[in-house]
Parts: sequence; structure tokens; C-alpha cells
Amino acid sequence: MLGVSLDQYGFLVQGAFWTVVLSLMGFVGGTIVGLPVALARISRGWFLCRASSLYVQFVQGIPLPVIMFVVYFGVSIYGFDVNALVAAAIAMTLYSSAYLGEIWKGCIQAVPKTQWEAGECLALTNLQRFIYIILPQALRIAVPPTVGFLVQIVKNTSYSVVIGFFDLTYSAKILNNATFKPFVIFTAAALIYFAICFPLSRYARRFELRLHRRNA
Amino acid sequence: MTVISMNSVHTPAAPQDGVQPMVSFRDVRKSFGALEVLKGIDLDVMPGQVAALIGRSGSGKSTALRCINGLEKINGGELTVCGRNLRARDFELRELRKEVGIVFQSYNLFPHLTVEQNVTLAPRKVNGLDAAESRALAAEVLEQVGLSDKASSYPEQLSGGQQQRVAIARSLAMRPKLMLFDEVTSALDPELTGEVLRVIGKLAAGGMTMVLVTHEMAFARQVADLVVYMHQGRVWEAGKGTMLDDPQTVELRQFVGSGL
Repeated sequence: MLGVSLDQYGFLVQGAFWTVVLSLMGFVGGTIVGLPVALARISRGWFLCRASSLYVQFVQGIPLPVIMFVVYFGVSIYGFDVNALVAAAIAMTLYSSAYLGEIWKGCIQAVPKTQWEAGECLALTNLQRFIYIILPQALRIAVPPTVGFLVQIVKNTSYSVVIGFFDLTYSAKILNNATFKPFVIFTAAALIYFAICFPLSRYARRFELRLHRRNA
Repeated sequence: MTVISMNSVHTPAAPQDGVQPMVSFRDVRKSFGALEVLKGIDLDVMPGQVAALIGRSGSGKSTALRCINGLEKINGGELTVCGRNLRARDFELRELRKEVGIVFQSYNLFPHLTVEQNVTLAPRKVNGLDAAESRALAAEVLEQVGLSDKASSYPEQLSGGQQQRVAIARSLAMRPKLMLFDEVTSALDPELTGEVLRVIGKLAAGGMTMVLVTHEMAFARQVADLVVYMHQGRVWEAGKGTMLDDPQTVELRQFVGSGL
């Protein structure tokens, strides 16, 4: 098909599989680290608040490929041999935790202060108020931007190409070297990225609309 | 500082022997930054009494109410609520909150919970009621506010008046000794205020101690044992509801006359 064999398309799909794997790892890792970051950002403790703010600013101020390099090469200097998948997953975790932390901080703060107050006046503890009153409402607000950011994660996994991780972009690059059909191959890669991301954006948009209608 | 002579007006229910006031303000002061909002409040509310705080916006009446359950911390004077000194070293805010219910102008119901869940959240988590007990409790307090049939509705499906009655039921479910109402009908359409005021009137008749900030003069006159007119951060005039028919100060006369 268009000068590229079915096997070769299969090679792209293989790369796409690892793109999805890395995206999921980045998202799960980003959630595990990002949630405490969000909580620290809204905490009243001076140290937690400053430390988490610094973390977010630091990570957001560094280009993702550089984070990839730092993790991949930086860590191996200290004698740890990290393979490209582990390095890419750590880099994606750092990257997405900084952004997710900031997104979720906003979602928690989007729940009106009067909700905290109402819980406080019912003698609920801080933790109880957070778990039973604030979190459920914040989660609902968080779904659209979180799914939206998932799209960014999927696309940005392509930077792992700089440390030689075999993902969709990397497989397309190899294939191009072998076939010299850049237009066909990179268009195919683009379509696969789009096929992964489009349903996510659609879902985020739909959910957002539903949320607005409920609040209207 | 200049003290205006009207401040010394006495409340009709001075503490009787043996009976402690439920709420007792003694020269209570409260500032927000440089702005002094309460300039020395003296006020006693006895058990079973209904006190209505009236006055213009900015007179300090809502701030005074919010001080009672510790939503605002006072800067000076003494404030005792349900026998607890709010400035004592060993004062436990959460313990006070178990005994003092408050209802807000904007209802502040939990939008993600049903009416029944709104009502039972605190009793379950704070007082440790089990499912059956909390269910029975919800049925009881919802009956009190006339919303037995709305237990499984969500707040957004209710009218403003109904939401406010749920908020009252939610407070009642903690079995408070004292209820505070902060302009609870101000956000409601006129035709919905009646149903909320009726519920509050019923509570008053049932002997609940209450402090309410209100703009409903007719209601204050009818239900309150003690009407407190606040002006510029002070208790300007206080007395029975009939006080409104015969104001002693120019300010209260103007306030009553302005038809608020």
C-alpha cells in the first residue's frame, strides 16, 4: 500500500503500542506524584506549599527532551543502568506530575470556599471535609482538563525518541530510513497519533459540556 | 474613645439566678485589618430565647453572628457560648460546632449529595450514627421542615426555599443547643420566604434557642424575644419586638422608617 508493506505498517502499530504503554506509565506515575503535589500546593504549611511550588516551576521550566536526557544519561553516571523505557517513564512522570498537580490544585480551589465552611460548621474534621465534600466535587471538575492533558501526554511521549525509546515516532523514523517514503510513513504515524488522541479530546469536550449544563 | 450613651440600654432578659446565658458577649471587639467592625458588643441570649439582630449592611450584625460559632475570631472582650469561653486556652472549636448549628444565606448544601446524604453526613461521620440510625434521623428532621418526600432528590432539583429548609434540617440533625441563622431568606424570592420563616417560627415555638440576622422586620417583631438593633459596630438599641414601634434613637427610627 503506497509503497509500504503491511508488515511495515505493523511495525508502526508496534511502535504505537509502546507509545500507549509509555503514556499510561506517565499518567499513572503523574497521578501518584501529582496528587500529593496538588495537596501540598493548597496546604497551609509554608514549607509544603513553597517546596511543591518550586517543584512545579522547576519541572515546567525545563523542556521535556532535556528532562529525558537528564534522567537517561544523568542517572547512569551514578552507576545505575536504566533502560530507555524506565528513563522515559520517569521523565514522563516528572513532567506530568508537575502539570497535573497544578491542574488539580485549580480544581480543588474551584470548589467554593463556602463548602469548606459548611462542613466546618457541622464539626467535620479537615480530612473529613476534604474526603466527603471537596474531593468528590473537585474530581468532577477535574475530568475534562485531566483528559485534555492526557492528549498532551500521548503527544509528548514522542520526545522519548531523543533517548532512543522505541515508540511510534521512533518506529516511523526507522521505517523512513529503510523505505525513503517520509510522506507516507509520517502521515501514517500522524494518523495513528490522531486516532489515539481524538477520542480523548472528544470525550473531554463532551464531559465538559455536560458539566456546564448541570451547573447552568 | 467616645462612648455613646445609648450603648447602655439593657436587654430585657438579664441573667437570672442559676440560669447561664446560652450566648454572652462582653465588650466583644472584632477588626478586619484596620477596620473595627465590632466596637464592644454586650449581649446575652438566654436558653430558649430567640434573638434577632437587625441593622443596616455593615452594622456588624453578620460578623457578630459568625463570631458565635467561631467562624470569626474575636480580638477583644469575652464571648461565652454554651458555657464555653471562646478565648479560653483549652477551647475546642469542634466541640462547640457540635452544639451550635448555623444556616447561611446561600444554603451551602453539598451539591453532589442527595438531601438525605446532606442531612446525615455529619451525624454519621462526627457522631458515629450507623445507617439505620441516620436514616431514621433524616426522616425525622426532614419531616420537621416538611420535606419528607425529597430525601432522595439532589439540591439542584429543589427550589431555593426547599434548599434552605434542607439546610435547616442538616443543622437540626446534629441536635444543636443553639441555632444561628444568617439572613436565611435574603437570597429567596419573596414568595418562598414564607415557607422558610414558618419552619424557623415552628422551631422557636418548640423552644430552640436561636440567634438570627434578618431583614424581615415583621418576622423579627413576631418571633423574637429580643430584638437587637446594631449600628456602626455597636448594640444601639435592644428590647422586645415592640421596641420597633417606639424607637428611642434617631437611627432606629430612620431604619424602621426606611421600610427595610
